[in-house]
Amino acid sequence: MKSNTDSNWDYIIRPQRQWFDLRLGELWRARNLIMLFVWRDFVTYYKQTILGPLWYLIQPLLTSLTFTVVFGNFAKLSTDGLPQFLFYLAGTVVWGYFSACLTKTSNVFTAHANIFGKVYFPRLTVPISILFSNLITLLIQFLLFLTFMIYFSSSGADVNPNATILLLPILLILMAGLGLGFGIIISALTTRYRDLQFLVTFGAQLWMYITPVVYPLSSVPETYRWLVLANPMTSIVETFRFAFLGAGIVETTHLLYSLVCMIVVMLIGVLIFNRVERTFMDTV
Amino acid sequence: MSSVIVFDRVSKCYRLGSIGNQTLYQDLNRWWAKFRHKPDPLLKIMDARDSRDGDQFIWALRNINLEIQHGEVVGIIGRNGAGKSTLLKILSQITAPTTGEIKIKGRIASLLEVGTGFHPELTGRENIYLNGALLGMSKEEIQSKFDEIVDFSDVEQFIDTPVKRYSSGMYVRLAFAVAAHIEPDILLVDEVLAVGDAQFQKKCLGKISDVSQKEGRTVLFVSHNMGMITSLCKKAVLLDNGRILSEGNVTDVVARYYNAGISSPYAVDFRRQRKKVGDQYATLLEVHIEDMAGNHIGEVDIRDPFKLKMTYELHGAPVAPRPNFYVISPQGQYVFVTGGGEKGKAINGTYEATCIVPGNLLNNETYSIDAALLYTDGIFHYSFHERGVVMITVIDPIDETIEDTTRYGMSGPLPGVIRPKLSWELRKIA
Repeated sequence: MKSNTDSNWDYIIRPQRQWFDLRLGELWRARNLIMLFVWRDFVTYYKQTILGPLWYLIQPLLTSLTFTVVFGNFAKLSTDGLPQFLFYLAGTVVWGYFSACLTKTSNVFTAHANIFGKVYFPRLTVPISILFSNLITLLIQFLLFLTFMIYFSSSGADVNPNATILLLPILLILMAGLGLGFGIIISALTTRYRDLQFLVTFGAQLWMYITPVVYPLSSVPETYRWLVLANPMTSIVETFRFAFLGAGIVETTHLLYSLVCMIVVMLIGVLIFNRVERTFMDTV
Repeated sequence: MSSVIVFDRVSKCYRLGSIGNQTLYQDLNRWWAKFRHKPDPLLKIMDARDSRDGDQFIWALRNINLEIQHGEVVGIIGRNGAGKSTLLKILSQITAPTTGEIKIKGRIASLLEVGTGFHPELTGRENIYLNGALLGMSKEEIQSKFDEIVDFSDVEQFIDTPVKRYSSGMYVRLAFAVAAHIEPDILLVDEVLAVGDAQFQKKCLGKISDVSQKEGRTVLFVSHNMGMITSLCKKAVLLDNGRILSEGNVTDVVARYYNAGISSPYAVDFRRQRKKVGDQYATLLEVHIEDMAGNHIGEVDIRDPFKLKMTYELHGAPVAPRPNFYVISPQGQYVFVTGGGEKGKAINGTYEATCIVPGNLLNNETYSIDAALLYTDGIFHYSFHERGVVMITVIDPIDETIEDTTRYGMSGPLPGVIRPKLSWELRKIA
């Protein structure tokens, strides 16, 4: 039985895939693999350390403390009338998730060249598993933040959690999507142009300063506000702080802008990733 | 029977050299050409020159047309750099072909390496799940096969120990056990069987032939070991320089591999190849065979000694390594292993190791030779082990008038892996 029609074949390997042949079904079937990756990262990440999972807490605590001293006490930046430590902790925890998603997905190809060179599985499983691994970190840090929030509010600070909290899942999706999108665009490009790898950690640091992490959006002068607002992360950090602490600028248009950015970046990212995954082994 | 894999004019081109701003410029050029629906300017350059001599591009596969039938076990043979691994990589979707297409019917699993994705910190049990999922098994499949896998690997006692505490033998056994239970329709195997002890190798080979004979699956098997190829496969494909040189009955193709037709089978200069051979400690630069006068040869008179030479570079080896040559018969048996070098500290530099094989030792056959560099002092480690890197054909002039042979007047091929000249004593005792 011989036939030349394509429908008789399970796979056809061609030099280039169609741009929109994303094989999402294949990705869905590999969900078990994603779970295993997440679990592997979680189990093995802190295995050789002394303090173990405590690092999840030490990082945001020390960062917020440093910010409180440097930006709060020395530079005396406004914190929208919120307790300084709590203000910085909120920003650090949220920004930390995005920044971790971005930097860790940005070297997916180079860091996994070993495995990718030996066996085929849907490559997108790796960056997606990174989003979930980081979500676990975020959850732990978020609980830390809640503890401090309750402590501050019970000792009489002006902290007003409100119904905006319901937006939290959307904020998470926005951050995960933006981190993944930018991360995989960079990871796809680093297979050819290695310089980008150095740029990404450095760039993520600089990016934090055009995001209202160490200052509130309200303190940004009108002339520069467009610059900060052009950053899709701005509305996410501001909304988060408003939801839990009760101070910040929340506007639907800003959030919608972030959503559109996320969709565009994700789409471009997945398309480029899908193209590069076919031949990156030749250049890595 | 029906075809399960069809290669249709498949080629693969690799770009060599460093990637820098030149690359960006070339990329922009290509995009611009594509944008205007012009042919790719780089592909044109590649067609214009013979890429083997050009230093920038290499065609690892050229215009491969091949059909594999359901249930066949096909051996893929060829020298280093012939394109065997590239063929498997394209088939297992690790990299895409440059031109052409491949149609596949059924699920493919590839064993290009055992233990891919094994994490040293995880236990044997955990690694079975992770590795199984990486190889494309569903959770249910792994669960139902779990006991069988553990049983096959013989590591039951240590199944909840992190694999970093395993001996290398246990590690390989567990890794192969997972891979052996994937149950794909098409199995691709790349010389992974060269690891592990002899008994386990036998078990693996048994499993592969079971897979093909009892379960009717298709197997593609890449190896340098002609003994294995002949015992496992009915059909073989010989690749040379990216092209199919010969295809068909396994004995014919293997014979072709050992006979003429393959470019320079007795001198390989790795400095001119795309692939770097070696690891962080040492790099193999060259292997060749010379006669006693220093001329490169590929054939030697059965009475004459010859030299096996390898050149390598040491860069940061922990202890002085030992260069080794393995001489292998056409049936895949090791005739002997010989090692040189001395115990002591490693000093960086380029070394040339020479081994003199005496005349009147080998039979008149074509022997395949492996070059290896290994460390036995304190650690056991290979920097490289190039299989079948060169070959030497021993010629028997069959000249009755010559006294000094081991033929002793007999005609026709003489049996035996070797044909040494031994001392004899003959005296009349009654």
